[in-house]
Amino acid sequence: MPKLTIDGKEIEVADGLTVLQACELAGVEIPRFCYHDRLSVAGNCRMCLVEMERAPKPIASCAMPVGEGMVIKTDTDKVTKARQGVMEFLLINHPLDCPICDQGGECDLQDQAMAYGFDRSRYQENKRAVSEKYMGPLIKTIMTRCIQCTRCVRFATEVAGVEEIGLVNRGEHAEITTLEQAVGSELSGNMVDVCPVGALTSRPYAFAARPWELRKTDSIDVMDAVGSNIRIDTRGREVMRVLPRLHEDINEEWISDKTRHACDGLGRQRLDRPYLRNAEGRLEAVSWGDAFAAIAARLKGLSGDKIAAVAGDLSDAEAMMALKDLMKGLGSENLDCRQDGAKLDPATRAGYLFNTTIAGIEKADAALLIGTNPRWEGPLVNARLRKRALMGGFKVGLIGQQVDLTYGYDYLGAGPESLSEIAEGRGAFAEILEKAERPMLILGMGALTRPDGAAVLAAARKVAERYGMLAEGWNGFNVLHTAAGRVAGLDLGFVPGANGRDLEGILKGAEDGAIQAVYLLGADEIDMGRLGQPGQGPFVIYQGHHGDAGAHRADVILPGAAYPEKNATYVNTEGRVQLARLASFPPGEAREDWTILRALSEAVGERLPYDNLGELRQRMIQANPVFAAVDQIEAAPWGSFGEAGTMEATPFVSPIGNFYMTDPISRASATMAECTEAFGLGAKRGATGTHG
Amino acid sequence: MLQDKDRIFTNLYGQDDWSLAGARRRGIWDNTKALLELGREQIVETIKDSGLRGRGGAGFPTGLKWSFMPKEPSERPSYLVVNADESEPGSCKDREILRNDPHRLLEGCLVAGFAMGASACYIYIRGEYFHEGSQVQKAIDEAYDAGLIGKNAGGSGYDYDIYLHRGAGAYICGEETALLESLEGKKGQPRLKPPFPAAVGLYGCPTTINNVETIAVTPEILRRGADWWTALGRPNNTGTKIFSISGHVNKPLNVEEEMGIPMKELIEKHAGGVIGGWDNLLAVIPGGSSVPCLPAPICNTMLMDFDSLREAQSGLGTAAVIVMNKSTDIVDAIARLSHFYMHESCGQCTPCREGTGWMYRVMTRLVRGEAEMEEIDTLLDVTYQVEGHTICALGDAAAWPIQGLLRHFRPEVERRILDYQKSRAAAE
Repeated sequence: MPKLTIDGKEIEVADGLTVLQACELAGVEIPRFCYHDRLSVAGNCRMCLVEMERAPKPIASCAMPVGEGMVIKTDTDKVTKARQGVMEFLLINHPLDCPICDQGGECDLQDQAMAYGFDRSRYQENKRAVSEKYMGPLIKTIMTRCIQCTRCVRFATEVAGVEEIGLVNRGEHAEITTLEQAVGSELSGNMVDVCPVGALTSRPYAFAARPWELRKTDSIDVMDAVGSNIRIDTRGREVMRVLPRLHEDINEEWISDKTRHACDGLGRQRLDRPYLRNAEGRLEAVSWGDAFAAIAARLKGLSGDKIAAVAGDLSDAEAMMALKDLMKGLGSENLDCRQDGAKLDPATRAGYLFNTTIAGIEKADAALLIGTNPRWEGPLVNARLRKRALMGGFKVGLIGQQVDLTYGYDYLGAGPESLSEIAEGRGAFAEILEKAERPMLILGMGALTRPDGAAVLAAARKVAERYGMLAEGWNGFNVLHTAAGRVAGLDLGFVPGANGRDLEGILKGAEDGAIQAVYLLGADEIDMGRLGQPGQGPFVIYQGHHGDAGAHRADVILPGAAYPEKNATYVNTEGRVQLARLASFPPGEAREDWTILRALSEAVGERLPYDNLGELRQRMIQANPVFAAVDQIEAAPWGSFGEAGTMEATPFVSPIGNFYMTDPISRASATMAECTEAFGLGAKRGATGTHG
Repeated sequence: MLQDKDRIFTNLYGQDDWSLAGARRRGIWDNTKALLELGREQIVETIKDSGLRGRGGAGFPTGLKWSFMPKEPSERPSYLVVNADESEPGSCKDREILRNDPHRLLEGCLVAGFAMGASACYIYIRGEYFHEGSQVQKAIDEAYDAGLIGKNAGGSGYDYDIYLHRGAGAYICGEETALLESLEGKKGQPRLKPPFPAAVGLYGCPTTINNVETIAVTPEILRRGADWWTALGRPNNTGTKIFSISGHVNKPLNVEEEMGIPMKELIEKHAGGVIGGWDNLLAVIPGGSSVPCLPAPICNTMLMDFDSLREAQSGLGTAAVIVMNKSTDIVDAIARLSHFYMHESCGQCTPCREGTGWMYRVMTRLVRGEAEMEEIDTLLDVTYQVEGHTICALGDAAAWPIQGLLRHFRPEVERRILDYQKSRAAAE
């Protein structure tokens, strides 16, 4: 523990810190542009210069490791002069376009110029201009503003793992470029965040708002099951942008491009009033009262076993609790929150959680990926895996689709056969797992949504047990969910009761007439064809926020709230309970989901016993105590789950074919459509003649 | 004046055979094994005692530098890298060694590499030195064939490889850490120090980077002893040095001389004197383009060594003496150097990237006098804002010539501004 003196104050800091970090611990703020906590040290902006005793020149504090007895001065004239000099150099070729720059108001250069800038320029020459670069549909570039700090380059190479951006040329002609290619990373939006100036800005958000106009609400993302912490910026009731919020154990300070940019889908295809299918088979806008009356009329006299409910991927825990209670009131046990048919066992919590935790990945020394493409199913889980891989001493094996994960892995095979091999201890990777001290496995939905999912689950459990993935203080068994609402649904028991039907049973029942009413709570991913044509199949009630597959089939539409529009609880793939907060209000007559169910319960004569969010949450805690512990992880006890059985030979296929469109919100997003196009993920479209 | 018996570079002018046969005749590779038998510590000690200072410009004590290398062998190999990326304007001393006396360098590589426990040596040669590179490669091949290097080098039981690597023409790759980056196949941009190359160098392994001349003189020092070397030159500035004399002299040349030789003697005895006579001298840049120039009055008594020149606020640098007589437009000359540094800045760190361009543009206006009087001080201030604030020394190198100009020739710059203002006033 070296002891050093900073501005006359003695401080003892941990070994291996830099002078800049030590200064921060001592409460001294050091200006910087190129330095970033999570990236390698470049030391090129020279803004963080400080004086060190016995050093002839000022030192770059970001790059200098602390040493015993160092005497650092940060407030001398020499230091101020040096920083002012650097600031002047940064500004001589920086355009004075702050009034039209999207970074204005949240710009490091602007802020630090207030402290170290001059009020006029001594530079008489012409300013340098740099041509714009194309970096894809998400990143807008005004490269004249670039100060060559290379944060974006380091982010892309180190965190995102795509070496597609770099600094070309030298001296004054140095430019950041991707050579006119879109940055092929699902984390590219973070490059905009790390850019300290307005060189890289968000393209979809260009000229949309100024930071001081926005109301900022801390919330939770639902585009995947990672539960990234986000900040939702709204103006009026419009969500203008989504930014990451620091959570060391989940997303650090990154978010995926879908999390960030799908928010424009919140303004399109919205269900903003109740609809009822009329006699001609058309959906007709009606009042809430009429819609409830129609439902009550249809459900009246219908026995519980003829009613079913399916909860969708984006459902919040409150709505699922309310719907479960309502269904119970109606006498139905036909519930399922696994709309992709995943053969997850709700009985053992450890059997459907990411038990290692995302931060825990950093402690693992071997990982077996089964039927998953974490890069698309949980980009920040993948980022963590990459981070771990970069630390060294980490072996990854993959069973499933051979994709670029941004780190090296041993490809073990495409399907269950390879899993059996591992389970039986055969093959080179089995040896690696055997030797590993903290091995882990990640089971993806591609392995569980198959008819033989239960057998795969059992096989994975066997692998976990065989290779010591369950040790004191270590659980290496992980399920990587793709749906934000899934774990909460399982925790609340939104699954078939003792005699209830699961998803397959419900759909079969709908086909053969055994099920006569289906309640879809934002469920859009099921095969609507199996619910029959409107008027022929069961009576379909769709509660949700987007006019997607479910709404097209529905007989009654109840407009609900999307994730920024409600105070709601989500449980991420680790089993971490997190609270999302209302950032804006639902459009038109749409309401928060649990309140719709509460109101409906009165209409159908099964009044739910809670009148406010607090009471509902008490009910949730009663149903499962995990809901009492917000943002805490408690190790789930191990148990037996899955069903031993024969596995089919078909290869595992990731459920996500197009990362940018996985749910009703991202499917409605124009930005996500552009990404789909830019990365060639959508259906091939022919030229129309007017396509541009 | 250096006596012929003390001359190390006996084939500096290429009159003799450069190849192995000729080299042996000149005493190179003469029982090199015996030198190695002195042992690592003894070699480093001798070099320390000799007071040899690096010939690449900074003048860091060579023996001390070698002693930073790990003493105990570890898993990581150690490397010697020879900096043959001689690109400093005015400097051409290494070129003569490389093409006329490559074996002297190779022998030095073996001895120095052995002294620091290196397993291999990389000679990074400037890409433009095409012929020189070919010569060195031929010499390396000869040395391998003769068993002087490679496995059991010279029968010493020591395995040592020497590789030649050609640069691609960037001045910055002569900066030692940028050179390492370039050698690793990356973009030539200087690294941050610490860590220093002796701890984390080429491919992350302990590395020492030395100039061609430094390495080439070491076997001779070991053969003749540190005392012989210290008897030459002045205290702390010992030995001999190759001076590259160019510019307005009657006979530009490279010449090996004793350190501390008076500048006037050096120019008049070896280079045939200043064109137009000593009184026609305007200024001298004594150590390659990056050091501040010295005006004629100072040159009269100036001694050519590290410490004397530093006292005069200049530097010995690579001992590339650029002589300018009174026909020189000194402002334009320095402006040209500013252009060079702007062109060669790697663009990594802010002060150099932005400052070199700024300085050059002001300099070009000063050549014509097209500026306000207070811009002189602004320019000077800019040079101080660059100096010492950059990752490598290129920022300093860009700042110093201008500082030298304004220190000694400020009246000339002011005169141009006044003339320009007068001509403008007359035109209006």
